[in-house]
Amino acid sequence: MTKTALQFRHNGRDVALFVDGGVNLLVALRESIGDMTPKFGCGQGGCGACSVLIDGELHLSCLTLAETVNGRSVETLDGLKDGPNLHPLQRAFMEQFAAQCGYCTPGMLMAAKALLDRNPSPTRAEVIEAISGNICRCTGYEPIVNAVLAAASSGRARA
Amino acid sequence: MPVTVKTFASFGEAASALSSDRSARYLGGGTLVMRALNEGDVSISTVVRATDHALTRIDVASSRVTIGAGVTFARILAERDLAFLHAPARSIGGPAVRNMGTVGGNLFAPNPYGDFTVALLALDATVSVQGGLGARDMPIEEFLRSRERQSGALVLAVSCQRPASSDAFRYRKIARIKPKGGSVITLAAHLPSSGGRVSGARIALGSMAATQIRARAAERALEGRALDDSAISAAVAVAAEDVSPADDALGSAWYRREIVGVHLRRLLSGLE
Repeated sequence: MTKTALQFRHNGRDVALFVDGGVNLLVALRESIGDMTPKFGCGQGGCGACSVLIDGELHLSCLTLAETVNGRSVETLDGLKDGPNLHPLQRAFMEQFAAQCGYCTPGMLMAAKALLDRNPSPTRAEVIEAISGNICRCTGYEPIVNAVLAAASSGRARA
Repeated sequence: MPVTVKTFASFGEAASALSSDRSARYLGGGTLVMRALNEGDVSISTVVRATDHALTRIDVASSRVTIGAGVTFARILAERDLAFLHAPARSIGGPAVRNMGTVGGNLFAPNPYGDFTVALLALDATVSVQGGLGARDMPIEEFLRSRERQSGALVLAVSCQRPASSDAFRYRKIARIKPKGGSVITLAAHLPSSGGRVSGARIALGSMAATQIRARAAERALEGRALDDSAISAAVAVAAEDVSPADDALGSAWYRREIVGVHLRRLLSGLE
């Protein structure tokens, strides 16, 4: 089986790698690049733990054929913080106790970022809709929704 | 198991590759085929893709719309001219699935998925298919009846008439998880009227048989009548006549038969 060469931007840095045919983006990110922030949950598109942004749009990396991101930009949770400074969403998740076991958190943060990039002042209903593809088995979602709203209002305060 | 990925610039080449290889599957948004690969489906040894822009085109004419098979649900939601399809598009998945899943792929989605196809069936859509013998258009009902044999053909686009008014097309999906979840039952109705009477009603049901089906007895019960309580009751009384639902984790066949009339009444009465 031949390998396919692949180049894309990963959190602002160019990466080049070889992938086996049919390999999904989640496996390429975790096993070839070593970015462990997107998680494997279900492999079926049901849980959202593997969520990443491709050209700014929320996608499920486990259902994305790795070679389809050739020449595109992929953002994961690993690229969210700015040096030692956490992203406002990450700070809000800590302050609002929005993470318990933490397994859904990378996907939740990327879904929330996709929302706030497009809509900096979402309503509560819009936040619920934005994270509706992400399953959390610990928090009951309320602290996550509160955290996204808090991050949105802190973003507005800074602006 | 690694598979061979073949990417083509034109849909014609992709269709040839697909029709000449029984173990090839076409990869659209990935929500069905990548899922099968992740589950270790060994029946797929080749994945065929096309980067042809013709597959992602939306053509909106005054009365008819044509949507490329590769158009995602997120794009439908961004298209003001396709407002009549926003409810079915919004009922699918979460935002990530809507950014990925395509209109063409939805035609192949097994229960409890395939909600968009329920809407297309009620709208009497035409499916354009490119097979080994060339391109042809077929009514969506014929496509769904022969769906098992269509995996070697490439769907290029779907097209349908725009409903005469926003009230003439109705859609309802019953899911256990809101706002996202598989379908317990999905209903769509196109109810054109002429002189205050229903003329050419089409009612489509999802998750009520092996593929999306029409509720023909209920359609007949409405035909030529005003959409009043007695006509709606007549349709509801025969709503379960053509169905053959299955048991799954979301609902039993018995439960689905019990509720199809309830939800058809709400759909036809315009209740939320």
